[in-house]
Amino acid sequence: MSMDMTMVPAALLPPQLMQTPALLTMTGLTRHYGEVRALLDVDVTVYPGEVLGIVGESGSGKSTLLRMMNLEDTPDRGEYRLRLPGREDGNLFALGRYERRMLCAHHIGIVYQNPHLGLLMRHSSSGNVAERLLIAGERSFEVLRSKARDALDASEFPLSRMDARPAELSGGMQQRVQLAKAIALEPALLLLDEPTTGLDVSVQALVLDTLKRLQRDRNITMVLVSHDLGVIRTMADRVLVMRHGAVVEQGLADQVFQDPQHPYTQQLVHAKV
Amino acid sequence: MSLATLTRPWAATSYGFLDASAKRELRRKMLKAIAVPGCQMPYASREVPMARGWGTGGLQVTLTLVNPRSTIKVIDQGADDGVNAASIRRFISRVSGATETWDTLAASIVQSRHRIPEETLREDQVLVLQVPNPEPLRGVEPNMSIARQMHADADYGRLWLTLYEQIVRKGRIMQGAAYPSLVNGRHVMTPSPIPRWDVPKLNMAKHLTFLSAGREKRLHAVPPYTRVEPLVFSDRPYRVEDHAELVCRRSGIAGYFMNEIPQDQGGSVFEVSDSNLGIKAIRQAGGESVEIGATWYEDGEYSA
Amino acid sequence: MTLNQHLPLLRVEGLGKTFRMYHLDSMLHAFEGISFDLHAGEFLLLKGRNGAGKSTLLRTLWRSYLPVTGHIWYRSRLGTIDLARAADVDIALLRRQEMGFVTQFLNARPRVAAQDIVAEPLRLAGHPAAEARDQARHWLGEFGVREELWRAYPSTFSGGEQQKVNLARALILPQRLLLLDEPTASLDVRARSALVRRLADLKAGGVAIIGVFHHPGDVTDLIDREIDLTTHPVSSHNELIHVAV
Repeated sequence: MSMDMTMVPAALLPPQLMQTPALLTMTGLTRHYGEVRALLDVDVTVYPGEVLGIVGESGSGKSTLLRMMNLEDTPDRGEYRLRLPGREDGNLFALGRYERRMLCAHHIGIVYQNPHLGLLMRHSSSGNVAERLLIAGERSFEVLRSKARDALDASEFPLSRMDARPAELSGGMQQRVQLAKAIALEPALLLLDEPTTGLDVSVQALVLDTLKRLQRDRNITMVLVSHDLGVIRTMADRVLVMRHGAVVEQGLADQVFQDPQHPYTQQLVHAKV
Repeated sequence: MSLATLTRPWAATSYGFLDASAKRELRRKMLKAIAVPGCQMPYASREVPMARGWGTGGLQVTLTLVNPRSTIKVIDQGADDGVNAASIRRFISRVSGATETWDTLAASIVQSRHRIPEETLREDQVLVLQVPNPEPLRGVEPNMSIARQMHADADYGRLWLTLYEQIVRKGRIMQGAAYPSLVNGRHVMTPSPIPRWDVPKLNMAKHLTFLSAGREKRLHAVPPYTRVEPLVFSDRPYRVEDHAELVCRRSGIAGYFMNEIPQDQGGSVFEVSDSNLGIKAIRQAGGESVEIGATWYEDGEYSA
Repeated sequence: MTLNQHLPLLRVEGLGKTFRMYHLDSMLHAFEGISFDLHAGEFLLLKGRNGAGKSTLLRTLWRSYLPVTGHIWYRSRLGTIDLARAADVDIALLRRQEMGFVTQFLNARPRVAAQDIVAEPLRLAGHPAAEARDQARHWLGEFGVREELWRAYPSTFSGGEQQKVNLARALILPQRLLLLDEPTASLDVRARSALVRRLADLKAGGVAIIGVFHHPGDVTDLIDREIDLTTHPVSSHNELIHVAV
């Protein structure tokens, strides 16, 4: 039997056993900023309850992709669908401003790398969480208080400091407040953009541990962007590898790290200790 | 040689002091304000013989509304005889030929700084409130463009957040006057620095209310029979000042909003803020036949 | 549990794995032409020298590695599927519900107690927390983990202790197909025999097992069949010596 030197595994089939439809489907995303190609024909699918890791270096397009998932940016071409309860299917990029905001507020949570982007630093931590509930129409002070407390507790934030301002807190605590804020309305989708980058290594481990526990307990669907392979390894079920705006490889997390197919992925994986 | 010999006596160049172009713009903005209750409409605030910050916004609206058959009442903190109220009233009358009055029941236009009279206003009356700062989001978002976008998006989360924080830190909502209120279920406005006591009077009122800021160059309106709901949490009900039990030392009437007058020996005495109501009560007690109208509050309770 | 004795649970046909390493501009042929059937309750041992590809074969079945040729027909509860080309989400589903893979390495999460790590597969399968924890404690005991450690965090344990926790967790919920990669590597004698006993139970209950064992002698009584893998040179295409029974 001859060995073809360019042999590659056959392309994977579409799902046959998985009966649950995908939660998130993005197709054909393309985005240019002038000459710069940020995204090129990117397809993404995320199933309910899974953690999708998106890994790549700066300029890979991973952050642009995440921003689009959060409806902060629209592509030049491409569609975005989320299967949400009580909502009709439709391309979310076509939504008007108000509907987009309401959809994000109710169904999508996001944790930014820089807590200043995600938090109101001058207000209290519990207030930051309460704001989400207020936007969703909650008007009972006691309910605001107790739901904020629950969300902060689930994020393993010390309740004795629930009224402290984020500006007074450490980086790890700030990320926990962001997390509490993101999960307060029990969104269908949680987006995380380099959530532990910049934190002390020991703090990183603790925050990731919280994320993992939360994900397991609540079966939250997550999309996690990071340039840090260790973080992706810890958290992700499936991985998307991005480079220069395109997806060069995707697969089960263990497979992408143990048997990377694409030369760039191999380089990425072998470069890290 | 004197100024009098060098100049001609002042004569109005147009009716009601403002020129036709100014009034036309104001009328259009006022109609627009009625069409979108509680939404701030910018206008080109004109020069009037009064400094900014002294009621020029209210004055411009009144000058636009006034006609020779109008009867105008002007109050400042409830009093008709304050210097500023008196000047404004006299000026309006002079440039329009309108009749001046102190009686709320007789007025067709009531211009006011920081109070709403106690006697209920009717469908044929217009209330014009002077507003120093029309933007309820100023404390939350100092950038005007962003604040404007927040109104457009009905994004009042941060405003609610400041109320939440007040309860967390101080145990209660600290907002005294100018309580932010939701108009027609859509726009949040500041009702001008009227006390909390007065805000319920705007809710589903029979009369039309304009709120105008001359220095900030914006006006908004509450049409008749429109909801005005102070922003409160469902489990922290709206509370007005504790004046239900207070008695006016000069007129003897009770259960209305009072001015507090601290005494040298300590303690305070109170006088009814709506001074013409107090005057009418005194005259009535003295035997004159004086008509006191229905009031929004009865026995210190809001009952309209 | 009724077993369909006629149809195999797993049918591997002509399975081959080659690694292409771009930075070295070379290929590594791990194995080729592997074919076998496996029925429920059967125990298949993979043999061969170090580097022969035993582990690689296991990982290819688990889909940590992508095969380049061949099929892995698996008869799941939801239907027959070729694991070699199945969608990622299908593999993820099967791994959660029907298949298990036991390595030497424990994925020790910080601040999760040993008994909770072991109980987790039961909880995820819907068992009540208290019952899951009791079972977990039983198995930790069986494998010889000292009781004081049951509430402790395995990230602080020795290699051997971690491996016991690993095994207890991996074997607590019977799967339909179980893959074992040198599970006895750092175990003491007591733990090894506990493992063998557990495997015997699982096998009797119908679990199909494929294993690579450091001491194949431990599991002699369980073995139904063997496959002997040998390395072949990178550039040679001839004479692939496989004994597939």
